Amino acid sequence: MTTTLPLPTKRDEAWRYADLKALEAVWPKLDGPEKIAVAAGESASRQISVLPIIDGVGIVDLDVTIGDGANFALHVLAVAADYGRIQVKVTLGKGAHFELGGAILGSGTQTLEIVTETIHAEPNATSNQVVRSVLAGKATGSFLGKINVARDAQKTDAAQSVKAMLLDRTATANAKPELEIFADDVKCAHGATVGELDKQALFYMAARGLPPEQAQKLMLQAFIADAFVSMDDDTAREAIESKALEALEGLS
Amino acid sequence: MLRIENLHASVGDTEILKGLSLELNAGEIHAIMGPNGAGKSTLSYALGGRPGYEITAGSANFDGEDLLELDPHERAAAGIFLGFQYPVEIPGVSNLQFLRESLNSQRKSRGEEPLSGAEFIKLAKEKAGLLKMDMDMLKRAVNVGFSGGEKKRNEMVQMGIIDPKLAILDETDSGLDIDALRVVGSGINAIMRKPDKAVLLITHYQRLLDLVKPDFVHVLANGRIVKTGGPELALQLEEDGYEAVAA
Ligand SMILES: Nc1ncnc2c1ncn2[C@@H]1O[C@H](COP(=O)(O)OP(=O)(O)OP(=O)(O)O)[C@@H](O)[C@H]1O
Ligand SMILES: [Mg+2]
Repeated sequence: MTTTLPLPTKRDEAWRYADLKALEAVWPKLDGPEKIAVAAGESASRQISVLPIIDGVGIVDLDVTIGDGANFALHVLAVAADYGRIQVKVTLGKGAHFELGGAILGSGTQTLEIVTETIHAEPNATSNQVVRSVLAGKATGSFLGKINVARDAQKTDAAQSVKAMLLDRTATANAKPELEIFADDVKCAHGATVGELDKQALFYMAARGLPPEQAQKLMLQAFIADAFVSMDDDTAREAIESKALEALEGLS
Repeated sequence: MLRIENLHASVGDTEILKGLSLELNAGEIHAIMGPNGAGKSTLSYALGGRPGYEITAGSANFDGEDLLELDPHERAAAGIFLGFQYPVEIPGVSNLQFLRESLNSQRKSRGEEPLSGAEFIKLAKEKAGLLKMDMDMLKRAVNVGFSGGEKKRNEMVQMGIIDPKLAILDETDSGLDIDALRVVGSGINAIMRKPDKAVLLITHYQRLLDLVKPDFVHVLANGRIVKTGGPELALQLEEDGYEAVAA
């Protein structure tokens, strides 16, 4: 199904950091969101380490419904696109869990983003979102995480941890949580930091004989590993981590 | 092995080393003592090539090579080991991975074959055993959550694994309990007291020098070596203090 919606503008909150020029070129060719339904009590997971690129633009659009007591784990890598966007809308049932782990690795003039809308529609559901960005050159990496907690969704526990590492002062990281909470017994923890590589650690590593590129790679590998620790399947984790490592090597 | 002549080093606009000269030969252990803020750590960083420590005059030669021309990791590969006064934490990077990659980078730059995983683990076990450190600590992230004394002991395990020609140990004894000090002292002797190696031991305390007996003791004050003597100089300092001895 081809979309007939008008092109978004910067005034649309969920598109404020998007590369709309790049988007415009592919906009008529995009399909609508892929629907994923996880039945009550089931567990499902999805890993995305390659974006579907058309003319340098790669957009993943998911609409996920997680049934009562079910859980869904999504692990993504936003890399290798002039403009890359992973957009996920998730609706959680009673006692359901949503896990997101994402890494954004950008350089040059890339614009990469992960945009989530997490709807806690029912009580006792939990969500945990961990995003790590490494940005070089003039790249822009953004995470927009909207959390909506419905009036009945008591005992919701929704957490977001967003950290970015800038390899150059010219790179940009955005982290924007947006909370709409209508229930009163709710935990929403949010943490966001932007930093640079620890120079003391780099010297310490050099003093043991590690060349700068290798020291940097070790530290960045450790930094983004946070996004993938929640994966139970070792093979899948190693696969996405090795893709991430490849992308990291391309950054500096 | 190491010849430092008239070394001047600045951090920012402040000159900290003000014409320091020192010579170490293979087989020798030298102790450097001196008041807080004298420039002892600055000397170790300057020799290690730490960014921000600018050498404004003088020279440092290591085995006939101009040390100051080398990048920090090249100095390590040339055989220089810095034991840090404050070892740095590296979250998420395990000691074993860090040390194996470090050692193998050094070996590579010297044209030696890398150690395999099994060979490396064997070496790491042996050195951890020498320093009485639990192997589990080597699996943890580098220095993260280590106590002050554990960090210092970990420095010595690293030194054992890397097996340098010259070790510059900056207050490796501070923070160690009495038993740990003995273990570290005999570790330093076992690893470094060899005819082809040398040690520069920065310390405030005689108790380390009782264990690792120096051939020479230097007093560093105000950015210079102001006095040099044998082991008896350290004892005299302990008795009389820097003011009296180095005046
Ligand atoms: N980054 C810096 N910026 C400004 N001054 C500095 C910096 N680093 C060191 N110094 C100053 O240089 C002087 C020498 O410091 P250094 O750490 O070498 O002393 P030290 O002899 O090792 O002392 P201690 O026995 O306390 O370890 C001190 O006065 C210190 O404040
Ligand atoms: Mg010091």
